Amino acid sequence: MEKTSLSATTFLSGLWKENPVFVFLLGMCPTLAVTNSVSNSLSMGLATTFVLVSSSMLISMLRNLIPPQVRIASFIMIIATFVTVADYIIQAISIEIYRSLGAFIALIVVNCIIMGRAESFASKNGIWLSGLDALGSGLGFTLALFCMGAIREVIGNGTFAGISVFGPSYEPWVIMILPSGGFFVLGALLLVVNVINERVKKMRTKA
Amino acid sequence: MNTDSLGFIFLSSCIINNFVLAYFLGICSFLGVSKKADTALRLGAAVTFVMLVSSGSAFAIHWVLVKMHAEYLQLISFIAVIASAVQLVEMLVKKFSPSLFRALGIFLPLISTNCAILAVALFQTNREYNLLQALVFALGAGAGYTLALTIMAGLRQDLEFANIPRLIKGTALTLMIAGILSMAFMGFAGMGG
Repeated sequence: MEKTSLSATTFLSGLWKENPVFVFLLGMCPTLAVTNSVSNSLSMGLATTFVLVSSSMLISMLRNLIPPQVRIASFIMIIATFVTVADYIIQAISIEIYRSLGAFIALIVVNCIIMGRAESFASKNGIWLSGLDALGSGLGFTLALFCMGAIREVIGNGTFAGISVFGPSYEPWVIMILPSGGFFVLGALLLVVNVINERVKKMRTKA
Repeated sequence: MNTDSLGFIFLSSCIINNFVLAYFLGICSFLGVSKKADTALRLGAAVTFVMLVSSGSAFAIHWVLVKMHAEYLQLISFIAVIASAVQLVEMLVKKFSPSLFRALGIFLPLISTNCAILAVALFQTNREYNLLQALVFALGAGAGYTLALTIMAGLRQDLEFANIPRLIKGTALTLMIAGILSMAFMGFAGMGG
C-alpha cells in the first residue's frame, strides 16, 4: 500500500503541485515558441516527455557509476543522445511536424525541465520512481503546452486542431498566434493558476 | 535587400528577429536576471561572448562532421563545446569581477543551458552561413539579447515603485510586459523577411 501511494504521489505531483511550467517556470522557451497550434504543442509535449522519461531512467540506472564531479556533463550527453533519437523518430513519422517544429526539437536538449528532474530526482532515486516522476513532469508539461496551444489556436485562428470552431464569420485575432500573443496567454494562465491556488489555500484555512 | 550581406544578418538577428522577443530563446534568464539594468547588461555581455566562441567552434565542428559523414553527432558535440565555453567564461568572470560573479549566481552556469546559444549554433548550420557570416550572426543575436534584457530590466526597475495587485505581481506581470515589448519589436518585421 505504502509503495503504491508513494508512486502515485510522485507521479501526480508533476501534474499540478509541481507542474514544471506553471509552478517552477521551467522550459519557458518551447512553451512560448511552439504553442501556436494544438498539434504543434502536443507533439512537442510528447517528444519532451519521451526524452524526459528515457533519460531519467538511464541516469537513474547509471547513478552509482557516474562520478559526481562530471555528472552534469554526463547528464547532458545522455539527454543529447535521446534528443537525437527523438529528432530522427519525428522526422520518420511526420516530415510536416518536423518542419513546423524546426530547430526546437534539437533545443529540447537545453530544456531546463529535463536537467532539473535528472539532477533533483533521477540521480537519487531508483529506476521505477524516476520513470514515474519523469512521466508526471512530462505530462504536466504537455498539459501546460496543450492549454497554451488550445487557447492560442482557438482565439488566434478560430480553429481547434484544424477544425473550425466559430464558423467562417469569425475574425481571428492574429496577434494570438504571433510571438507577443504567447507572452500574453502565458501571463494570463499564470494569473489564473495564482488565483486558483489562492482560493484553495483560503478554503483550507477556513475548513 | 541582399539577405546574405553582413549588415543585414546583424540587423535581422539583433532587431527584426530578436532572439528573445520573436524566437523565445533564452526566456529563463530573461525572466530571472532582468531585475537590475546593470546586471542585465553584464549577463548580456557574457552571453554574447559565449555565443561568439561557440559559433566559431560550431562552424569548425560542422565542417569536420560533414567530412566524416557523422552529422548525427552534431547536437552532442555542439552541447559539449558550449558547456566548455561557459566554463571558460565562468573562470574569467570569477577572476576579473567577483562582484558580477556573485550577482549572476546560478545563472552563470545556466548559460550552458541557455537555448539562445545552442540556437545560434543550430541556425547558422541550417542556413549554411560561412565563418564570417556566422560570427556576425552570433554578434547580432548577442546584441539583441542584451538589448531585450536591458530594456526589460529598466522597465522592471520602475515597476518596483508602482502599485500593482498582489496576484499579478511577479512572473505574470513580467510576461505581459514582455508581450507588449514583443509587439513593439514586431514593428520592425516589415524591414526584411
